[in-house]
Amino acid sequence: MANVNIKINGKKISKEISDNILLSDFLRDKLLLTGTHIGCDTSQCGACVVHLNGNSVKSCTTLVADCDGCEVTTIEGLSSNGKMHVMQESFKKHHGLQCGFCTPGMVMSAIDLLQKNKNPNEQEIRDWLEGNICRCTGYQNIVAAVKDAASKM
Amino acid sequence: MVSLIGSKIERKEDKKFLTGKGRYTADINLVNQTYAYFVRSPHARAKILNVNITKASKSPGVVKIFTGEEIASEKIGGLIAGWKIVSQDGKDMKVPNHPPLAKHAVNYVGDHVAIVIAETLEQAKNAAELVDVSYKIHKAVVNTADAMQSEAIYEGIDQNLCFDFILGDKRKTEDSFSSADKIVKLDLRNNRLIPNAMEPRACIGDYNSSSDELTLYTTSQNPHLSRLVLSAFGGIHPEHKFRVVAPDVGGGFGSKIYAYAEDAVAAWASKKIERPVKWVAERSESFLSDCHGRDHITHVELAIKNDGKIIGLKVDTIANIGAYASLFATVTPTYLYAPLILGLYDIPTAFINVKAVFTNTAPVDAYRGAGRPEATYLIERIVHKAANEIGMDQAEFRRKNFIKKFPHQQCLVHNIDSGDYVAHLDKALEISDYKNFENRKSESAKKGKLRGLGFSTYIEACGIAPSAVVMSIGCGVGLWESAEVRFNATGNVTVFSGAHSHGQGHDTTFAQIVGDRLGVPMESIDVVHGDTDKGPFGMGTYGSRSLAVGGSAIAKACDKIIEKGKKVAAHMLEGKPEDIDFKDGDFILKNSNKKKTIAEVAFACYLPGQFGEIKSPLPPGVEPGLKETSFYDPVNFSFPAGTHICEVEVDQNTGETQVVKYTAVDDFGTIINPMIVEGQVHGGIAQGIGQALYENGHYDESGQLITASYMDYTMPRADNFPQIKVDYTTTPATSNPLGSKGCGEAGAIASPPAVMNAVIDAIGADVSMPATAEKVWNAIKKNDYKKSAA
Repeated sequence: MANVNIKINGKKISKEISDNILLSDFLRDKLLLTGTHIGCDTSQCGACVVHLNGNSVKSCTTLVADCDGCEVTTIEGLSSNGKMHVMQESFKKHHGLQCGFCTPGMVMSAIDLLQKNKNPNEQEIRDWLEGNICRCTGYQNIVAAVKDAASKM
Repeated sequence: MVSLIGSKIERKEDKKFLTGKGRYTADINLVNQTYAYFVRSPHARAKILNVNITKASKSPGVVKIFTGEEIASEKIGGLIAGWKIVSQDGKDMKVPNHPPLAKHAVNYVGDHVAIVIAETLEQAKNAAELVDVSYKIHKAVVNTADAMQSEAIYEGIDQNLCFDFILGDKRKTEDSFSSADKIVKLDLRNNRLIPNAMEPRACIGDYNSSSDELTLYTTSQNPHLSRLVLSAFGGIHPEHKFRVVAPDVGGGFGSKIYAYAEDAVAAWASKKIERPVKWVAERSESFLSDCHGRDHITHVELAIKNDGKIIGLKVDTIANIGAYASLFATVTPTYLYAPLILGLYDIPTAFINVKAVFTNTAPVDAYRGAGRPEATYLIERIVHKAANEIGMDQAEFRRKNFIKKFPHQQCLVHNIDSGDYVAHLDKALEISDYKNFENRKSESAKKGKLRGLGFSTYIEACGIAPSAVVMSIGCGVGLWESAEVRFNATGNVTVFSGAHSHGQGHDTTFAQIVGDRLGVPMESIDVVHGDTDKGPFGMGTYGSRSLAVGGSAIAKACDKIIEKGKKVAAHMLEGKPEDIDFKDGDFILKNSNKKKTIAEVAFACYLPGQFGEIKSPLPPGVEPGLKETSFYDPVNFSFPAGTHICEVEVDQNTGETQVVKYTAVDDFGTIINPMIVEGQVHGGIAQGIGQALYENGHYDESGQLITASYMDYTMPRADNFPQIKVDYTTTPATSNPLGSKGCGEAGAIASPPAVMNAVIDAIGADVSMPATAEKVWNAIKKNDYKKSAA
């Protein structure tokens, strides 16, 4: 067992945790932040992507014990005062989601792309999102959403 | 007022999904909940000699362990095949019992042996490790082609043959082949696919002993049907005390149509221990135990005349349906497949034989398109070959053979009500810039790439399905759909649908129908689905049926609302019902300036008494309230059709294939929300390209699933696709009041042959799906060798 101090979606949290608990399970089971999804068991699908100190990570392969003193942002932490983030608005506008299951991870990955590359071209967007699997959309409207968000962010 | 029909309206449901507020089954946690983990068979085929749970039961946190023994002793029924197929000898299909937990034998890797229930998931998993199962291992039957020659898996099912189905006129077809100028032959494999909805299956059984009510939360495409199956056949709980809730569901693609063993066992176990039992699949469990799709091998022959006219078609298919006959497993390779092999061509005669075989693999059932992709793949592949063999242009060969007059009674089953196949072909040729393909091919050649172009002109039978038709051919249920449109006293509307949305956007599309019909603003309409305690019994979502059947039910219910509203408005306006017009939400008395809004009429319906000087707004004999239900049963299937044109570039040095241009022109009849329809087309095409180039469910000789993770099963990713161009032509369906034909499966049906024809065109050699780099590279080398030898 270890004690960790983490800032999650701007809120300081101090918790006693077991050494082997994964960030994805911690968020979902201990904090009831169920917007972070678990879609696979091999760290391939990207449904669990969150931001750790501003960078996108797959929370299913991140130990909470390693997150002491870190800042975590999940999909629930993106809106402010009830207003959705530009990326969220853009996904809605361009129909970049269908069943919604991959969406939180997809949005978190896409935001990180624009943090690192303000104006990505189509191929760069597709390459970056290679770690997020979507079974519904065929990705085309996701790419359109990211492009549009890039023009507004 | 601008019509809501045909408007690109952003989805009402999106905000919750985008902000992490979606509520999927795995997100639900109940008070006093336990966690379940299933002990699964590691063997493809084995007798169970003994299941020893003594050690496991003493493991920390274990609440209870159940095996097939208890399930059998409580007479819990097996999972059923819902569609009876009759073999050509007149005998009914043969199906083995499919107990939710195996007692005597396991029949595929992942088959269910025991459920371990504990206070935490970790404890359940640890205890499951200690369940000691003794097996006597038998040689597994794995290959589709060899199954009939292998040892029988089940006593009484010779040759592992579920049924031997025929359709068509054998003699007439033989005659057509005798008079053919040319006979084109092809052997094809339709690869096994694993659906992989991104949300793994999950369920929670929650029994309330005080009220004797059982609730099952589950990842289902049709909660009402699951309740019926689990109640009537499983004997889990009486239907009226049994509630099934399918909350937000993260994709289905067919794999979540069926009530699974886990649903039955978790629900039943909750009754036994009187606590909620939660199970969530790991992805590897989904790979092993979700129903798979496709898995056919086929020999097809086409009889043609020298002028390119097709005069006959013969097909022999072996369909692998896995270890058990799942709910729609028997209809998928028969009635959803055989009639559709004719495609959209005017073929005078055909004879189809389908043998369905059991193997020691996961059950195979409906997966996006269900039978129609398999049909389209084979007709479009052989049409491509036929056009080449007689030296006709691919578009012209198709054009020559298209059905051109409607309605058209095909030689097998379907009566196609409407279509204009030349229109979508011509539009696709134009959008894809077909005439300049050779220039693009030369450009690709300069880069060292082989460029190929492939067509797929397809048809599907959707809007599944007219009960009178399907029940006459073995379906165990009628495939109508229900809707209830409930006006609340304050003027807003709640719509209950028996369909289920798991990505299709029903909350929006259905609201558009109601908004358009009743003149109520979109924000005042709420669409409710996915809970058997809310709204009438419904048949769920699959077979591109939600709009054509479920949407039609909504439209019909709206029409009943208007009908009643006219009586009430007439009374309020002191006119006759026949003198009331309804337009854009207003009831208007003809030849007057008197009108009442639908909100005013609804309010009046809920306040029927005399109020002081104001007399009752309800005419005598009219009941209070404003709520109407409709059970809509279509008169025919609907027949979406279209032309897809794909161009690929193949790297000769590596065999790697890239789709570089893709055009889809579809006729879906009336489109309600083009934005949602386009998304459905994109997604379907991505799945079809996945089948053609990447995906393959593969078992080794011993029956181990080699492709049981995302490390081994190639899911299409964002960088696998070009921009897909989507456009439409429209001939409204005549079989339903909306004129809609369905769009959910079209992409997955049309695209595999378009891609494969393009690959074959590029490399000049045949190759099977998935056309992986290795296979394509080998095909190129073999072809080069043949050329140099010649």
